[in-house]
Amino acid sequence: MNEIMRRMLFLPEQGSAYAAEVDKLHYFVITITMISAFGVAAAALLLFIRYRRKSDTQTTERVEPRAVHEILFIGVPLGFFLLWFAIGFPLFVKLHTPPKDAMDVYVQGKKWMWKFAYPGGPNGVDVLRVPAGRPVRLLITSRDVIHSFFVPDFRLKQDAVPGRYSETWFTALAPGRHQVFCAEYCGIGHSAMLAEIISMDPAEYDTWIAETRRNPTTVAAQDTPEDRLDPRTSLPEQGRRLSAEYGCFKCHTVDGTRHIGPTWLDLYRKTEKLKDGKTVLADEAYLTESMMDPAAKLVAGYQNVMPTFQGRIPAPEIAAIVEFIKSLRTDTVRPEPSKGPVYVPVPGFDPTSAR
Amino acid sequence: MSQSLASTPPPPGELVPAYNTRNYLNAESGILSWLLTRDHKRIGIMYLVATTVSFFLGGVFAMLIRIELLTPGPTIMSAMTYNRMFTLHGVVMIFLFMIPAIPGAFGNFFIPIMVGAKDVAFPKLNLLSFYLYLLGAAIALYGMIHGGADTGWTFYTPYSTTTVTKVVPILLGAFVLGFSSILTGLNFIVTAHTLRAPGLTWMRMPLFVWSIYATSIIQILATPVLGITLLLVAVEHAFGFGVFDPARGGDPILFQHLFWFYSHPAVYIMVLPGMAVISEVIQTAARQTIFGYRAVAFSSLGIAFVGFFTWGHHLFTSGQSTLDAGIFGVLSMFVGIFTAIKVFNWTATLYKGAVKFTTPFAYVCGFLFFLVFGGLTGIALATVSLDVHWQDTYFIVAHFHFIMVGGTIMAWLAGLHYWWPKLFGRTYSDAWGLVSATFIILGFNATFIPQFLLGNYGMPRRYYSYPERFWALNVASTAGASLLAFGFLIILVYLLISLKHGRLSGPNPWNSRGYEWETLSPPPVENFLENPVFRRAPHDYTADGSGGASGDGPEVKHAV
Repeated sequence: MNEIMRRMLFLPEQGSAYAAEVDKLHYFVITITMISAFGVAAAALLLFIRYRRKSDTQTTERVEPRAVHEILFIGVPLGFFLLWFAIGFPLFVKLHTPPKDAMDVYVQGKKWMWKFAYPGGPNGVDVLRVPAGRPVRLLITSRDVIHSFFVPDFRLKQDAVPGRYSETWFTALAPGRHQVFCAEYCGIGHSAMLAEIISMDPAEYDTWIAETRRNPTTVAAQDTPEDRLDPRTSLPEQGRRLSAEYGCFKCHTVDGTRHIGPTWLDLYRKTEKLKDGKTVLADEAYLTESMMDPAAKLVAGYQNVMPTFQGRIPAPEIAAIVEFIKSLRTDTVRPEPSKGPVYVPVPGFDPTSAR
Repeated sequence: MSQSLASTPPPPGELVPAYNTRNYLNAESGILSWLLTRDHKRIGIMYLVATTVSFFLGGVFAMLIRIELLTPGPTIMSAMTYNRMFTLHGVVMIFLFMIPAIPGAFGNFFIPIMVGAKDVAFPKLNLLSFYLYLLGAAIALYGMIHGGADTGWTFYTPYSTTTVTKVVPILLGAFVLGFSSILTGLNFIVTAHTLRAPGLTWMRMPLFVWSIYATSIIQILATPVLGITLLLVAVEHAFGFGVFDPARGGDPILFQHLFWFYSHPAVYIMVLPGMAVISEVIQTAARQTIFGYRAVAFSSLGIAFVGFFTWGHHLFTSGQSTLDAGIFGVLSMFVGIFTAIKVFNWTATLYKGAVKFTTPFAYVCGFLFFLVFGGLTGIALATVSLDVHWQDTYFIVAHFHFIMVGGTIMAWLAGLHYWWPKLFGRTYSDAWGLVSATFIILGFNATFIPQFLLGNYGMPRRYYSYPERFWALNVASTAGASLLAFGFLIILVYLLISLKHGRLSGPNPWNSRGYEWETLSPPPVENFLENPVFRRAPHDYTADGSGGASGDGPEVKHAV
């Protein structure tokens, strides 16, 4: 049944369990849509046949609706609409809640190519290799205009917006190849901005990534002169070098001591209290925003003295710095699969006793 | 003595001329009498001509796009030309045709007649709004000839503020067109409030007027936001101010919020007038008063209101918060509810009616099918998780063409064929009308159903080249578009012929009891020979004329 409907509707292969789930809702909604459209058109034609005009001046008796008619006219569609929403919205929430044990990949759109970077290296252009069966979280941004990362086989799409990170995730079901399109119009090369996700057998993937990290010659070279990142080294390492270059350490420490700005140690995924009383989770999006627009969400107790780095740090370098901040964790932080990192604010606390 | 609208048909013995020889068309002559006219009917005709020319222009762009997409690679133009083509197709069709077409032509012509007035409330302002339309169109055309923008009609930043093409003239053109739209809306609102003839209560107002009234409210409230937004883009493009471009400290998503705050309600600016026409045509075709008058009238206001709170459904994949996406998703569905109320009430109007299948009714049937199909795919898109796959693919393209072409253009054609005898006093051949309606309805399905499937298949919109697996469906769509274009050409030919050689129609060829059919065809300059007094509700087809639309008549039969 699934296969017949999928082929009739020209839906692409279901590359993930999520795709199969969304498709079920698709079949439900589209079936009702077609029944209703043909139903209304058929009703109009049948009523025409039944109540044909006999003479051009024929009079008719007035028919007025009872309340129950209008209630049905509202209630029946509303029932269907809310049912669809009740099925569809949780799926959307799921698409925006990556599992905590997901593997991270940075995705950068630029006219007209997709660049991928694994935190531990290497970087690549237009081909993303992932292990099948393991969740992969994509941290997506753009270097120039808005692009959109679209993988039909995974029923997945997320805009790449310059100056900020957005995230989505997927788990490929089986080894295979999946096409990536750019779905947000970005100029002459828009329709040529294609890439491919190659999902590999997990064991093969592990061998491949270990091999590539050992043999940096196999990696794609830097694609533009403005790219100062060495694709062979890991992102956190480069982030440390870049932070020093940009002068971040003049105000931020990496050892937990308070300085002009908040320390970077254990900053990632910490809940920060803001000046206006609200709180914010220091995730990739917040860290990026703080570099681009430091005044937007000022941490309580600190002055608004940081300059904006908007337009001064290219997107790949932001990724490296964010990745460096993420690497600054005390031993007390234990990222656990599916439970999330457990924060213990007091250094020296034994995490094993907390479990 | 006042002309009474209570008794139709006119008493036997009183001869009604088949063609009114002293009408608005020949009351004055010379080109200046048209250019300086303040007669709402002449302004309506000028809008009809101008928007039809724009429709033709937009249609040529559409055909060029479809021909380019006949093969996966380059076919007849370069990528840059293609990008300009779809931008111009969108800009021309939306700003120059869809938004002004029905209110500008039929709204101007019929609202004063339907409320029993001699003209709109501000005749000079009405002429000004037409000239603003021409000025906006001229500025946009200048931009098209000198370079033409390549941003898509949505002008998304930062692409639009950094592109090398000429976006500024097109933005300014759309800005000026906005003022034309605001002035027209203002005029209709004041007309409906102040110029209703004696006896015409709000609850007797023709549904056409109700729906145009709702449209006008959106035009007045939303268009200024578009004006501000387009100016900001133009300023950023021209002078490098950082409003939307993140490289200059701006926020590209802010643009999307501002743009859709206008452009989503603008969809209802385009489709509500279509619904206005359908409400009139279906009552005449069925010789039956609308099933639920209040439901249809108030659902127009409902759409106008809720339409302002749904813009976020264009941003589901932009990184908008999950909660926002959910709220906008549910709110979007309420528009669907108001539309459903209308659809069911229109269909139920045929019940116990006396239906005649004419060309306008053929378009009503097409409209009902397309609106339900297009509307429900809209609900599907509001079901957030389904939208993720469809966003920015051909599914979206097909969905809004079902609403815009399948809805608004079907209604425009229904109105054109329904009111043609009133506009010019002559009729066309109904047989040819049905032939072209068949071409158009079949051609429309053949054009856009393959596009739904292309979207499912994963083909993104605004693609100059595409992988070969999308080829067959693209060929099918282009073939359908040719049928559609052919249908429009047939209409153009027989309508132009009918202007000179058409049969004289008489004042009321449909035997309609809509108010506008009470006057002569073509109408005299003052619309009515004597000041009208409304003694019955519009479209009252009962034998004794007792069934008021408000339901206060004594002998109201309820549906089973």
